[in-house]
Amino acid sequence: MEISIWNRHFETMPREPMRTLQSERLREVVERVYFNVPYYRAKMQEKGVGPEHIQSVDDLQKLPFTTKQDLRDNYPFGLFALPMSEIIRLHASSGTTGRPTVVGYSRRDIAVWSEVMARTLTAAGVTNKDFIQIAYGYGLFTGGLGLHYGGEKVGASVIPISGGNTRKQLQLMNDFGSTVLACTPSYASYLAEAIDESDISREDLKLRVGIFGAEPWTDNMRREIEKKLKIKAFDIYGLSEIIGPGVSFDCEYQNGLHINEDHFIPEIIDPETLEPLPEGELGELVFTTVTKEGLPIIRYRTRDLTRLHYDTCRCGRTLVRMDKCTGRSDDMLIIRGVNLFPSQIESVLLEMDETTPHYLLVVDRINNLDTLELHVEVEDRFYQDKISELQNLGKKIKNQIESTIGLSVNVKLVEPKTIERSEGKAKRVIDKRKLK
Amino acid sequence: MIIEQLSVFLENRSGRLHEVFEILGKAKINVSACSMADTSEFGILRLIPSEPVKAREILKENLFSVNVSEVISFAAPNSPGALSRALKILADAGIGIEYLYGFSPGDKSFIVLRPDDAKRAVDEFQKHEMELISASDLYKF
Ligand SMILES: [Zn+2]
Repeated sequence: MEISIWNRHFETMPREPMRTLQSERLREVVERVYFNVPYYRAKMQEKGVGPEHIQSVDDLQKLPFTTKQDLRDNYPFGLFALPMSEIIRLHASSGTTGRPTVVGYSRRDIAVWSEVMARTLTAAGVTNKDFIQIAYGYGLFTGGLGLHYGGEKVGASVIPISGGNTRKQLQLMNDFGSTVLACTPSYASYLAEAIDESDISREDLKLRVGIFGAEPWTDNMRREIEKKLKIKAFDIYGLSEIIGPGVSFDCEYQNGLHINEDHFIPEIIDPETLEPLPEGELGELVFTTVTKEGLPIIRYRTRDLTRLHYDTCRCGRTLVRMDKCTGRSDDMLIIRGVNLFPSQIESVLLEMDETTPHYLLVVDRINNLDTLELHVEVEDRFYQDKISELQNLGKKIKNQIESTIGLSVNVKLVEPKTIERSEGKAKRVIDKRKLK
Repeated sequence: MIIEQLSVFLENRSGRLHEVFEILGKAKINVSACSMADTSEFGILRLIPSEPVKAREILKENLFSVNVSEVISFAAPNSPGALSRALKILADAGIGIEYLYGFSPGDKSFIVLRPDDAKRAVDEFQKHEMELISASDLYKF
């Protein structure tokens, strides 16, 4: 069967021409930011770097990093490289602390965004015959509109329902015959449960593909959602600072997400030393956008941890692949000096047959010692009349978690559906240490 | 002679036990026997309702985890050594007991018992002419 690729020229470009293209575009973007953005110019001068020092992608590491803080310090438009008359769209990410980060798009940036999203959807097998239900939030968040542009570009029938309103989601899914669902993975599992509990039978739905992203999720969670919703689930990755969704995407082989590296050049660095790491090593993902006009960004530290693989994928794409992010350093908890990512807990629970991925981690500090309590729901189908069996289940979870994360944990079995299901990003951690 | 008992998983939270009985009461389901086993972490409420299938559905609708298990019930004289004789029958037949609960309102003791093999336990008791109580007898009380 022919594998469909939206832009064969760029997506299957051999490595050497790709490097040449990236180097060319890198030279251009460095010149643009140097001459148009005083902040970048000052940072580069501080490092003693000018556009003349950047000849190829090998010179990337001479450039200074950009962080979320730099965006905040230049709030709202200080890092834009075009006059506002050329900016046709603004998006902003909600800042949990301090100012939001604002991103601006030129007309061409929106075209690039549509292009990379068309590649993303095509890799998931979406065509103009599909009905794509976009349950990502529309608005300042980039999720909804990013998918929207991609859906229109491939010619699918776009249903811009936005997030939330689960009853309506199910009704339209049923009445319109949605074939593609785009939302966060946690909302996808929430919808799967809602379908089970509704009068709609899965057989009546035409759903076949899921486009899920905007929050970390594990491969186990993917299998779980695929089984529950009877679809093939594709991971997408993106962040508004780079463009929004469309930075990288799953192909049908699901062995890493292809990065649209003709637009966004990735690097992996050691988050401590900030030195680049060799291919295949786990480190922090850094991006340089080489075609963005409104807000070009140089060596942006994503705080996401992953690995890069440059070998050609079975799908024929040469675009470098990144592993599913194993965690965000923002989510990282430090418990008794040990780094812990909530996604590690989730993987363990999903590996076990007797549990569901619904959990809540409660971190506290008692007598100057960090404590970790894990709430896990006892689902009806795993429930046993015998106390010993329930205690064994608790012990089994405890042992599995402890051997994986190397920290002691108290497991508390709780009643089904008592852990909050969110319609947006899942809330899985309560850190009481911060409240004290 | 085998009786269907429901067991309900409960977190140790005040008011949960009351909720179970409120739900059953509103559904006009009578409870003929019950027992609560608790650990420091959670509790298991075991009960014998007048309509086990309906009771289970209603509790599940209310998001409780419910399990159905097979128990037997019998009556024995309320006198020293009577329970011992009953249990010896099971011990001699190699039938294990998970748990039991009961009480003696007058000259008889009533026991609900969960054997590891309910069918064989019934056979043994019938062989020894023990006074077994059926589900329909229970609901009449
Ligand atoms: Zn591929």
